[in-house]
This record gives sequence, structure tokens and C-alpha cells, in this order.
Amino acid sequence: MKSLEELKAIREKMQGSVAFRSDDSNQTRVVVGMATCGIASGARPVLTALSDAVQNKAVKNVAVTQTGCIGLCQYEPIVEVYEPGKEKVTYVKMTPEKALEVVDRHLIGGNVVTEYTIGALAK
Amino acid sequence: MYRSHVLVCGGTGCTSSGSQKIQEKLKAELAAAGLTEEVAIVQTGCHGLCALGPIMIVYPDATFYSMVKEEDVHEIVTEHLLKGRVVERLVYHEDKAGEGIKSLNDTAFYKKQHRIALRNCGVINPENIDEYIGTRGYEALGKVLTEMTQDEVIDCILASGLRGRGGAGFPTGKKWQLAKNLVQDGGQKYVCCNADEGDPGAFMDRSVLEGDPHAVLEAMAIAGYAIGASQGYIYVRAEYPIAVERLNIAIKQAREYGLLGNNIFGTDFCFDIELRLGAGAFVCGEETALMTSIEGNRGEPRPRPPFPAVKGLFERPTILNNVETYANIAQIILNGPEWFASMGTEKSKGTKVFALGGKIKNTGLVEIPMGTTLREIIEDIGGGIPNGKKFKAAQTGGPSGGCIPAEHLDIPIDYDNLISIGSMMGSGGLIVMDEDNCMVDIAKFFLEFTVDESCGKCTPCRIGTKRLYEMLDKITKGQGTLEDIDKMEELCYYIKDNALCGLGQTAPNPVLSTLRYFRNEYIAHVVDKKCPAGVCKSLLSYVIDREKCIGCGACARQCPANAIVKTDYIGEGKKLPAMEIQKDKCLKCGACMDKCKFGAISKK
Repeated sequence: MKSLEELKAIREKMQGSVAFRSDDSNQTRVVVGMATCGIASGARPVLTALSDAVQNKAVKNVAVTQTGCIGLCQYEPIVEVYEPGKEKVTYVKMTPEKALEVVDRHLIGGNVVTEYTIGALAK
Repeated sequence: MYRSHVLVCGGTGCTSSGSQKIQEKLKAELAAAGLTEEVAIVQTGCHGLCALGPIMIVYPDATFYSMVKEEDVHEIVTEHLLKGRVVERLVYHEDKAGEGIKSLNDTAFYKKQHRIALRNCGVINPENIDEYIGTRGYEALGKVLTEMTQDEVIDCILASGLRGRGGAGFPTGKKWQLAKNLVQDGGQKYVCCNADEGDPGAFMDRSVLEGDPHAVLEAMAIAGYAIGASQGYIYVRAEYPIAVERLNIAIKQAREYGLLGNNIFGTDFCFDIELRLGAGAFVCGEETALMTSIEGNRGEPRPRPPFPAVKGLFERPTILNNVETYANIAQIILNGPEWFASMGTEKSKGTKVFALGGKIKNTGLVEIPMGTTLREIIEDIGGGIPNGKKFKAAQTGGPSGGCIPAEHLDIPIDYDNLISIGSMMGSGGLIVMDEDNCMVDIAKFFLEFTVDESCGKCTPCRIGTKRLYEMLDKITKGQGTLEDIDKMEELCYYIKDNALCGLGQTAPNPVLSTLRYFRNEYIAHVVDKKCPAGVCKSLLSYVIDREKCIGCGACARQCPANAIVKTDYIGEGKKLPAMEIQKDKCLKCGACMDKCKFGAISKK
């Protein structure tokens, strides 16, 4: 390496990965239901799509994690978004494509993707 | 891209409790569950909470698993990593009744800490330079080389108020300034790192080297630029194999990236670092002895002045700083000297790492802002003293330091305060002692260490410490006189004033400080021929209470010296005669007391 630019390039490449290991209570948590019901209905590709997108797009202060069965097995794969100080948003019957939309519109854009939420489906 | 990172501690503490096997098992289990592409295993340096090792942390949710065993790995993978259910039974519990604490930062152990020197330990993989760069690594070196003059770097370190973390507390910036201003003939100057950590119970430097080796390399390069040196040496103990291995890897990676070598960042600055392994002599942690050893000679100190900054390694101007000192440098450059100076007390800035050991619940590594009290470290961070025992004293500074008694628990810790109460900061070993520790015995322990480690070059240290040890030995055997105590004190001051190097000059400190605060214990040994803590064997005797003894004979069968015999006395309501210990045969091993179920045997 001969230049500061190259150092910067490595830093930026690694930053997402290292920042991933932060423990900040102010961060938004995106939780994917990964119990047997969730996995069977395809939660794993949803989880990896979310995780990759958040790291690739370097979305700040967002942690993608998983949880067990929430009890709404018929709506799996379920993704819940917990933003500090805001009401929880529950997305149901997710796919990797829908997940990417949630990253762009909700996590980055700040607007809830109403059509995928449990409220929209129950109507 | 990985959706989860599993951090497994690879510090020496966790390695010896089996973390390597856990890593291998984890790898196999992840493969079996088909998660290899989704979950990354990251081997890190020390997390500090060595008492709870092996430690595993799962991100992004930062779940903190402690005392993980190989057979737990399967459950963690199938439950947590696959299904997202935290394995509650492995989560750390601060008290048994309370709820498990999921995140490391929520523990009392971490809450009061402020990590600068240890900031990357337990967070990044020390064997991967990219991860270090990801936490702004080598950015400070880049800034220094392209934007700052030598004087600006030195002024920055001066303004931060950073003082040497090896123990003496000399201002780091001043040391650099001295070496920089000596433009003798434009010839070679050297930058050295003292990683010859030898105090019993201290392992701060080892953890930094194991957990964040690049931080030391980067700081040495910065120091090299500041004083105009192109060669650095790290003098590290051969007894730290993991640290040596990670340093070697780090140096190789830094060379490959051109962060060590010629024309770093395209500037004229050239700098390289070599390792030198110490063979375990304590005196080689003394700066002049260390440099003599690097030169290839027997590690013996020489008189100062000339100081190393004037005439050091190979008779050239040299700066020598401790590992922890270096670990602060890049952070000071990046965040500014004001940031660093905002922490700590008036004369001691920043933080200090301590290795907590002895009679304390959370043994391990802690980094606290200067000015924190000893009480906060022991009671809040360290979790107090186990088994409900009472605090007696804390020992700082190893064989060069002294004891701090309970009455000084609330003194804010900094360099000057510790010296004012007869101890010293030292490199950061902090050994906690409870009522079961005999202070005369502690002083004897440290003197035995210095007698062993004295290099023998100067008489006050070679013979003086030996005589001190003999007097202490006499006292612990109950043969001492009050005159011995006075003589000992006089000898202490004589050694302090006349020894050649720091080792000898500070060797009497454990005796002086225990005499200062625990003179009554010395008197008890000499006058009453008693050891109040019940440690010194020669002053102990085991006796059987014949009213409590039922005459079962279990103690007699256990006694290796056949010292226990039957008496003629049969106590009230007892069927068999009571037993008795014959004092002339008793070895005072205590085996009988452990065996007796009736509490009939006691030591006095």
C-alpha cells in the first residue's frame, strides 16, 4: 500500500463488518423469526438478504438478528422492526425481495412499508 | 457478508481454559448446520473477564456466553445461531437469583470501565490487519506523516499529559522531545518497546499484544517519525508465545501493506520493527538492562545518566516506552490531546489498565479512568471479595510497590496519590488480600522474588535483599526480635538510596509499606510469637478440643506423621477416649482439621 486512499478503501470496506460488533442500545433492531415454522416457510433467505443489504448499504445503527416463534406461524416468515422510541412494526409473509424493499423504504427512507405489515394483511 | 459474528476469546486465559477446542468444534458444528456462509468465527484478544473464560460473544445481538464448554457448542449453534433462541443457561448471571445478563456491556464489570488501550481487545481479530484498519487503524500514522511536523506530534503528546504506563510515570512527550532534539550527527536513533512484563500477577501488556498488536506497531512508527528514528525493537518475553506469534504475524502483514518498510505512504519516512525475545529475567524490564540485552549482552543495568534518550541502545539516542503507553498514542493523535486530557486527574491523564488478581471475584483485566477509587475497582468492578471475607489490603506495583490498607480505599488512584501513601502505580498488577493473608508473609514472598531476580551487579541489591529476606524469614519462624524490625527498616532505606537500578531501589517497598500499615502484625510475630492470619506455619499449632472429640480416630488415620494418639480421657456422653496431637511430631499440614466432621480440631 502506498497511499492514504488505499488505506481509506480498506477502512470503508471493513467498517461495516467491524461496526457490526457494536453494542449500542440506541440502534434499530430488525428481528427475523427463525423457529421451525419460520425456517420451513423460508425465513433464512430473508434473514441473509436483510443482513447483507444492511451491511452492503452501510445502514447505520441497525442490527439484524433472529428470534424464535412468535406464535403467528401462519404469517411466517415474519420480520419485526424495533426502532427506539417508536412502535414495533411487524412485516409478514416476507420474501428476500420484499425484505430489500423494507431496507430501502423503511430502514433507509424512514417510511413504513404499510402493504407488507400484519395490519394490511388482516384487513 | 455474514449475518452473525461469533467472537471467541483467544487470549492466554481463555486459551488455557480450552477456547481453541471450542473454536474447532464451532467450525464443525457450523458446517454441519450449513451455516458456514452465514456465520463468521472471529478469534479475538482478551475481553478482560478471565475468571469467566472461555468467553464467547454472538453479534449482532451481543449475547455474552461465559464458561463455555465444548459440549455446549452444539446447543449454541442449533438453538441460537440457527433458530435465534438465546441459550439462557449459558448466559452470564451476576447473582444467582437475578436475571441473566445478555450483553457484556451491561455487566457491573464493564459499566465503570473506559477502554482506550484495550478498545480493540476482544473486538477485532488480531491476526487480520484489515479489521484493525476498519477501526481507524493506521489512520493516525497517515495523518502524522502527511499533515504534521515532528514537533507537532511531540506537542500533541505533551499536551495530552500522557505519562509512562510502565509504572514510573515519566511524561511520554518529554521523553520524545529529549530524543528528538539530540541531533548529534544525523545518525541512527532507536524506538524500543518494553514488553518484558514481569511483575507477579500482571498481564496487561500481554493482553494488548495479543488482542491489538497493530496498535503498538503503529504507535512505534509514529514515535519513530517524531524523534527521527528508522528502526524499532520490541523486547518481549519468550514466555508469551501467543503474543510473540501475533506480533510476528502483525509485523509481516504491516510490511506487506507497506505500513512498515521504506517510504511509508509515499513519504520519505522509513521505519521497520524487529522482535527481541527476553529469556525471563525480571531485571530486563529495567530500561538500561533491557537495552544491554538487545545489544546481545547479559542483561545488567548501568548507571544513569546518561539517560537512554541521550545515549541508549548501541550508544545512540533511544526512546523506550511500555506497551500500554504505545496503545494510547494513535487514539491521542486521532481524537486530539484535549480529548485525552479531559479524562483523569490533574496530574494523571487518561486511563490505566489493571490486572485484578488475588482474593477477588472477577479476576481479570480492567481499564479505568485515572481518579477512580480503589473501592470502585474492588467492590463494583471486581465484584468484591469471595466467601464473605474482609478486605485487608491491596498490593499495587508488584515487587516494587506496596500495600494499600482499607483506610485508603477511597483515595483516587493516580501516580502521585499512590506514591504519597507508600505504594506506586507500577505496571498495573493489583493483588487483593483478605484477612487470611499474613502481611509479613507477603513481604517475604516479594523479597524472595527480588532475591531471585537481582542481577548481582551492585552490592546493596545483591546482599541487601538477601539479608532483608533472612530477617523476614526469622520473624515468620518466630525467632525475630524487636531489634530485627528496626534493623530491617534501616537496611531498607540503605538499599533504596544505594542500589544501582530501579529493581534494587524499589525492592524494599513491600517491607516498608507493610511495616507502615501493619506493624502490629510484625510485633505479633516477634513478641507474641503468633501469626494473626494463621499463615506462618512455625507459629501455628493444631489442637483437639477433647470435649468435642468423639474419638472416632479419622484424624489419626489421615495424619501423615502419625502424630495423633489416643488419650485416657472420655468426655461426657462419649463412648471412646478423645484424641490428642503430639506437638513434636506434628507437621502442621492441616489434614486432620479438614477430615474432622465434628469441628473438634482448630489451629491457633
